[in-house]
Amino acid sequence: MQSLPAIPNILKLKKGTGSPRNFRDNLIIFLFLLPAIILFLLFVVYPIFQSIYYSLFNWKGFGPAVDFVGLENFKNIIKDKVFLIALRNGFLIIALSLFVQLPLSLMLAVLVGRDLPGRVFFRMIFFMPYVLSEVIAALMWLFILNPDPERGFINAILILLPGVKAQAWLGNTDIVLISVFAALTWKYFGYHMLLFLTGLQNIPQEVEEAGRIDGANTFQNFFYITLPLLASTIRTSVYISVLGSLQQFILVWIMTKGGPVNASETMATYMYRFGFVRFQLGYGSAVAIYMFLICLVFSLFYQRLTRQPDYLTGI
Amino acid sequence: MSRKIYMILSVLLIAAFAISACAPQATAAPDRPAATDAPAQPAATDAPVATEAPTEKVTITWWHISTADEHKAVWQKMADDYMAAHPNVNIEITVLENEAFKTKLTTVMQSGEPPDIFQSWGGGVMNEYANAGLLKDITADLDADGGAWRNTFAPGALGVYAYKGENYGVPWDMGMIGFWYNKELFAKAGIAAPPTTWTELLEDVKALKAAGITPIALGEGDKWPGMHMWAYLVTRLGGKANFEGALLRTGSFTDAPFVEAGNKLQELIALEPFQDGFLGATYGDEATAMGNGKAAMELMGQWAPAVEKDNSEDKKGIGDNLGWFPFPMVEGGAGDPGDAVGGGNGFAIGKNASPEAIDFVKYLTTAGAQQALVKINVAIPVVKGGEVGMSDPLMITLQQSLAQAKYFQLYYDQALPPAMGSVINDSVQGIFAGTLTPEQAAQAIEDAAKQELK
Repeated sequence: MQSLPAIPNILKLKKGTGSPRNFRDNLIIFLFLLPAIILFLLFVVYPIFQSIYYSLFNWKGFGPAVDFVGLENFKNIIKDKVFLIALRNGFLIIALSLFVQLPLSLMLAVLVGRDLPGRVFFRMIFFMPYVLSEVIAALMWLFILNPDPERGFINAILILLPGVKAQAWLGNTDIVLISVFAALTWKYFGYHMLLFLTGLQNIPQEVEEAGRIDGANTFQNFFYITLPLLASTIRTSVYISVLGSLQQFILVWIMTKGGPVNASETMATYMYRFGFVRFQLGYGSAVAIYMFLICLVFSLFYQRLTRQPDYLTGI
Repeated sequence: MSRKIYMILSVLLIAAFAISACAPQATAAPDRPAATDAPAQPAATDAPVATEAPTEKVTITWWHISTADEHKAVWQKMADDYMAAHPNVNIEITVLENEAFKTKLTTVMQSGEPPDIFQSWGGGVMNEYANAGLLKDITADLDADGGAWRNTFAPGALGVYAYKGENYGVPWDMGMIGFWYNKELFAKAGIAAPPTTWTELLEDVKALKAAGITPIALGEGDKWPGMHMWAYLVTRLGGKANFEGALLRTGSFTDAPFVEAGNKLQELIALEPFQDGFLGATYGDEATAMGNGKAAMELMGQWAPAVEKDNSEDKKGIGDNLGWFPFPMVEGGAGDPGDAVGGGNGFAIGKNASPEAIDFVKYLTTAGAQQALVKINVAIPVVKGGEVGMSDPLMITLQQSLAQAKYFQLYYDQALPPAMGSVINDSVQGIFAGTLTPEQAAQAIEDAAKQELK
């Protein structure tokens, strides 16, 4: 709370204009920002406008785009059932991430954040999947989920149980998305756990201690003290998780290519299929614009929704 | 003091700005003009290379997809031998797995930088590249010295690599798809002879299932393996006239044979003849199942034995137990039972290829080079004299079936434009998964045809 009074001063400093000193400061700030701004414009902003341009054409990706089709691509995309499946899968992955992956990460963070014996070891183990490249993780899961019990680890264990049959984890349209989600969770829970761990470390022991002295039990302590104080970390985690889910590509592409029959399609695999397999880069660009808009709208909406500044909720 | 530092920093930053501002123009600019200019005046860009090259060191980039150990070694040896004979030439080989190759090639093509020599199946995809000016026209090289190089090839195979009468690549293998089967497992199920009709095939599938054997290995996650089954049914049911009608737009992909093929396929699928999880399996999984003797048959091209061997646990495959029979005739079909669906492998030449690269491809398609491939059973030769030393009885049977075919149908996913090939692959997978009816699949293909075959 002591840091609060300092904030208005910073604002005041910024407003002061006119003095040569400030002009020179601003110039230097500008000069230092310049390389980053140029790179940003070049590699982020320019391609976005290029995509918008190409999305208006029926273009194969080779040579100049000449077949102008206006908004035809955009219309066709929302009429395409497969895109709607991809969209639905995106939201399913978001829901699963928020209600399964993040709570799991939080639970583990609380566990290894405490004075658990061997917690450093567990922290390392839990974080390890995140360090692996996505491609390696996907290939590993391909082996683990192999439908042949002689080759796939999970099925090898399953058939030992009485009355349980081997499952085609990636070959069954009903369960393929869950299988992919399991791999996704395995890959990313460590990352969110680490975020939560940092958040937990920023909560002063005294607050929880005070709660305990006042007679709060472990659950009360967690839900009424720890969780509210973690709010800003949770907000970040949710934000990263949602955007990551919307853009999920590598793991899905390697494990299933969005199949069987589009059952695990995501917007990114859909975009890739049109841009690089079917040579319809104009259409693919239009998909990219949709993805961009969805992410943008979410970001703006989310930031407005959670605009409460961090210094009021965190400590 | 501090002023000086500011000055220096400012100068540095302005310099950085200038450099980074130049860079984009340098990289972005050639992107478009190159692609537009190339097709218009290829002669102008070719000429100087031809005169300068012999004196300088030349690097040839070569992408192939022959991942099987034996085959990879043969290509490597050919490159090594060529480099030894031509010290100024350096050949950089990139070996890529089939699916990875397709992806990577598309990316470099879209950036306008094709490798000098790369795997190609000819047909629609190659035409697309040729149309965009990304390939080199080697017609003149083929016709040089009175067509010395051209005349070594079987004309049909070479034709697959021609677009509007100009050749952009050459074949090194041409074969057909058929059923590879495990004789031992067939015997175990009490099947005396391989099936010759669709009904017999269905009966054999039932017999194999009854004996507890997986009848057919299928990597339908990759889509193209199952697509060939549908394509063959279409060919048997409709014959040449049917497909050509649809292609030339006098007919349609919703014509009876295309739908009926889906119905026949459903008859087979209803028997559940495939290994568990086939919808998510890759071609690699399919070859592994065959190579390890876990499945009785697979429908695949001439490369199947080599891949089965390489994917099997003991790297030997099923040896002499492997047999081959052509796709059975379908009762009442208009197609000739001898008609073949197939295709082969070849090398396309990228637009920036040097004369040395073309000379090296010439070397790769000599009778001697073909014999080296024949020796390890990875190719059906397309060059006269290449068949010398062809000893594998299965390969000889396959080659003879191919030679006798009255009508040869190139793989659908290669004969047609990529967007259509991809739709066919996706739609047929839908039939396999039971999410699309034969009518819906045919309609989806026809919709794509309306777009692509104008």
